[in-house]
Amino acid sequence: MDWVNALAQGALLGGFYALLAAGLSLMFGVMRIVNLAHGLLAVAGAYVGVVVVEDAGLPLWVALVVAPLVLAGFGYLLQRGFLNRAVDLGGLVPVLVTFGVAVILTNLLQEWFTADSQSLRSGSFGTASVQLADGLSIGLLPAVTGLAGVLVVAALQWFLARTRSGRAMRAASDDPEVARLMGINEKHVYALATAIALATVGLAGVFLGMRTQFTPGYGDLVLIFAFEAVIIGGLGSLWGTLLGGLVLGVTQSLGSQIDPAYGFLIGHLVFLAVLAVRPAGLLPKVAVA
Amino acid sequence: MSAQTPAQQSATEPTPKPTAGSTAAAAPEKGGAHAAPSDTPTVRARVRRASLSSWIGAAVMLAVLAVLAMGPYVFDRGLQQRLVLLFALVVMGTAWNLLAGYGGMVSIGQQAFVGLGAYGLVYFGDVLGLSPFVAIVVGVLVAGLVSIPISWLTFRLVGGYFAIGTWVVAEVLRLVVAQTDAVGGGAGFTVRSFGGLDAVYRIAFVYWFGLAGAVVMVAATYLLMRSRLGLGFTAIRDDAVAAASLGVRVTLSKRIVYVVAAMGAAFGGGLTAANTLRVQPDSAFSISFTVAMIFVVVIGGIGSIEGPIVGAIVYWVLQDQLAQLGSWYLVILGAIVIAVTLYAPRGLWGLVSRGGRLRPFPVGYRLLDLPSAPSRTTAAAGAAAPDTPERN
Amino acid sequence: MSLLEITDLRARYGEFQALSGVSLSMEEGGVLAVVGANGAGKTTLLKTIAGIVPVAGGSVVFDGHDLAPLAAHQRTRLGIAVTPEGRRLFPNMTVEENLLVGGHTRRPGVWGLERLYDTFGVVGDIRARLGRHLSGGQQQAVAICRALMSNPKLLMLDEVSLGLAPVVVDQIYATLPTITEQGTTVLLVEQDAGHALAASDHVVCLLEGRTVLSGPSDQVSRADLASAYFGLAPSH
Ligand SMILES: Nc1ncnc2c1ncn2[C@@H]1O[C@H](COP(=O)(O)OP(=O)(O)O)[C@@H](O)[C@H]1O
Ligand SMILES: [Mg+2]
Repeated sequence: MDWVNALAQGALLGGFYALLAAGLSLMFGVMRIVNLAHGLLAVAGAYVGVVVVEDAGLPLWVALVVAPLVLAGFGYLLQRGFLNRAVDLGGLVPVLVTFGVAVILTNLLQEWFTADSQSLRSGSFGTASVQLADGLSIGLLPAVTGLAGVLVVAALQWFLARTRSGRAMRAASDDPEVARLMGINEKHVYALATAIALATVGLAGVFLGMRTQFTPGYGDLVLIFAFEAVIIGGLGSLWGTLLGGLVLGVTQSLGSQIDPAYGFLIGHLVFLAVLAVRPAGLLPKVAVA
Repeated sequence: MSAQTPAQQSATEPTPKPTAGSTAAAAPEKGGAHAAPSDTPTVRARVRRASLSSWIGAAVMLAVLAVLAMGPYVFDRGLQQRLVLLFALVVMGTAWNLLAGYGGMVSIGQQAFVGLGAYGLVYFGDVLGLSPFVAIVVGVLVAGLVSIPISWLTFRLVGGYFAIGTWVVAEVLRLVVAQTDAVGGGAGFTVRSFGGLDAVYRIAFVYWFGLAGAVVMVAATYLLMRSRLGLGFTAIRDDAVAAASLGVRVTLSKRIVYVVAAMGAAFGGGLTAANTLRVQPDSAFSISFTVAMIFVVVIGGIGSIEGPIVGAIVYWVLQDQLAQLGSWYLVILGAIVIAVTLYAPRGLWGLVSRGGRLRPFPVGYRLLDLPSAPSRTTAAAGAAAPDTPERN
Repeated sequence: MSLLEITDLRARYGEFQALSGVSLSMEEGGVLAVVGANGAGKTTLLKTIAGIVPVAGGSVVFDGHDLAPLAAHQRTRLGIAVTPEGRRLFPNMTVEENLLVGGHTRRPGVWGLERLYDTFGVVGDIRARLGRHLSGGQQQAVAICRALMSNPKLLMLDEVSLGLAPVVVDQIYATLPTITEQGTTVLLVEQDAGHALAASDHVVCLLEGRTVLSGPSDQVSRADLASAYFGLAPSH
């Protein structure tokens, strides 16, 4: 039963990883940017939650709305301010610029919130659970987080496939020059993509804040896990990212079942194994679709 | 001391072999000139190699080196220990520059090799009982060896994903080392292999060792980039497909650079450990080493040999001066990285040398124009040139 | 007032001057053909009008607007559409999605999905296929429909015949009247002077980035056009 429980917890954790990774996947799919500040921005979302819930005393659901909005606004400005130029210059530039953003934000968060670990009090929502069987119980918070991951991936997929803006993003991803000829303002569309990506990151961050203690440095771990989910699933495929998150969550959970010290390590090793055996990932796609 | 120099040389020795083949010394230049995107910069730079300013530059460098070599007789122990940090920055920055500036590979996982270098001192020195300096050199060689299978995995990723992939490898090594009781596990290890050596001598020897390492690393990079391999890299960076079609062995060249960069990082790790005598998995495999390397290279000037040296000095000075600023110091550095990358991609050295007129290290061609737009067209022109070079 | 007025237009790629003095004028309605040898600057001219290559000198006035300060997507909103050289459909999108992207500007007009499917039956039949899975002729038809989706005043076609079988080229050219009937003016770029003369009302010839000949298609002799095309002295 322990193993069944570990499996169930791992699957829910996987949904959370997919939620954390969806934005990374989207930004890569649309602009070929690998955002090294991604993990940190999730942590920034958690800190927005702290401000809303702990400082302003507002209910949790407000944080779940405000954090995505704040990050989306930040994402739009970041893209228009720096990243569009970085994408134009190409080469190593986007990686180095997002690296700079990560360093700046980590240390700003440290200045403002100190390096002490914090968490978002989630009250009964954080502790409630349903006993499904002897030794198998599902927490409400992990279940909601996992579900949020699946919903966000599905919503992004729908957005890209079915809406005018989503199609414009895919067009700009396929051929930016021709997209411009079709009347698409690619700078705006890219900024929109980053805004949406960061909105999902902000949402993920608030969940993260409810689930664990975090510090500004926690962003490193988030980036690594999100990255592993994206690569395991296959670059540029959102459903792949969901699958990658599930694989990672389940392996980490089962690994911890063997020995708590080995959870992350086994997750990394599974990632490296996928890289060795199926370098294109489990569900490879040429572009977001 | 003396054991170090030959070992370092042998560590970099494999590099010319695969590309240079049996051709005479002049041949690589000729072949390379074809492989390079356009002939003119090569010709112009060859004129520059003999220029007055490069002689002056070289003379200044030698004078500075001579003063530094006298360090232990002149500087107090605190300054010597801080200068060791500078040497480590020069070595690691130069190594990272080799990787990113020449090889086009941005890694944020070089701490994997920094950690291996530090634990090389622990394992080969304290556990196996070798002399600590020999232990560091062996650790550097081992890191170079280990980097080969690692490259089989990480080379499957490109761009930013390569960057994070290397980081995962570093994490794996950190977690494994933290579980290895023989080297102290998660709690770490205090280096005792300097044992009988008096602190004065230990600090002096570590200082000379570090200085020699910095000289060897810079010299090795210089020679590497003047070799056929270096010329091939210009071609690869400008247009990998065209370069491949001209017979430049892209993956092999990248792997060579990856291995040398790993050894440079490992030397930095070993040296830092010898300086502080304390090794812990979380700090030895800390990403802050790679962060420092990136600062050093980007601020100094990516893709030039002088850049990382300038960057290391600036970073080292600022670190001392701005330490009291706390996190703001890193905020400023991060902002500088963004500004330099977007608006002055040749870094401080590019600004100071005014497009390369002042050049103690005349490599023979420009590698600085990192994201240059026109280079693509010239590369295409070069590729279309009818007189293709002989394959290696 | 003419629809498009180009005066002494210049454009460069870095140091290289690709257009060094192009002048032409287009009235509303009808077809203008731009001919010239490979490398003469025809594609560059279209890209400069469309806003992909910046104007480095001279002027381009479209429908009363100076185009130089406008970005490519703004020019599309004014009613300029292009089928680029080599078609360049979005490879990972279906034909229908390609068309929808073509209609991104939502300019009102006669052309829409249904109308195009009716008029160009072949395109309707393949609406669910991916851009990268089409034959050259199919791609060209879709590229033209994609451009029409923005209901342009000016449609610029860059080498529609390139790489297509002669019968397919004839089919493509046969659709031109359908397009001009709806009030769209066409600027046609061709290397093949024969096709260009037959399909156009007015012809302009480029040589090394300059206009060297301009005249009504029925008054320009093939010999004159040939000597302009190759930069020879005029034959008369
Ligand atoms: N992106 C570019 N960069 C540099 N030169 C270019 C570029 N595109 C075209 N050229 C040059 O500009 C000239 C005109 O090209 P183009 O307009 O494509 O000619 P055409 O369409 O008439 O064949 C040619 O000499 C070509 O080599
Ligand atoms: Mg053309």
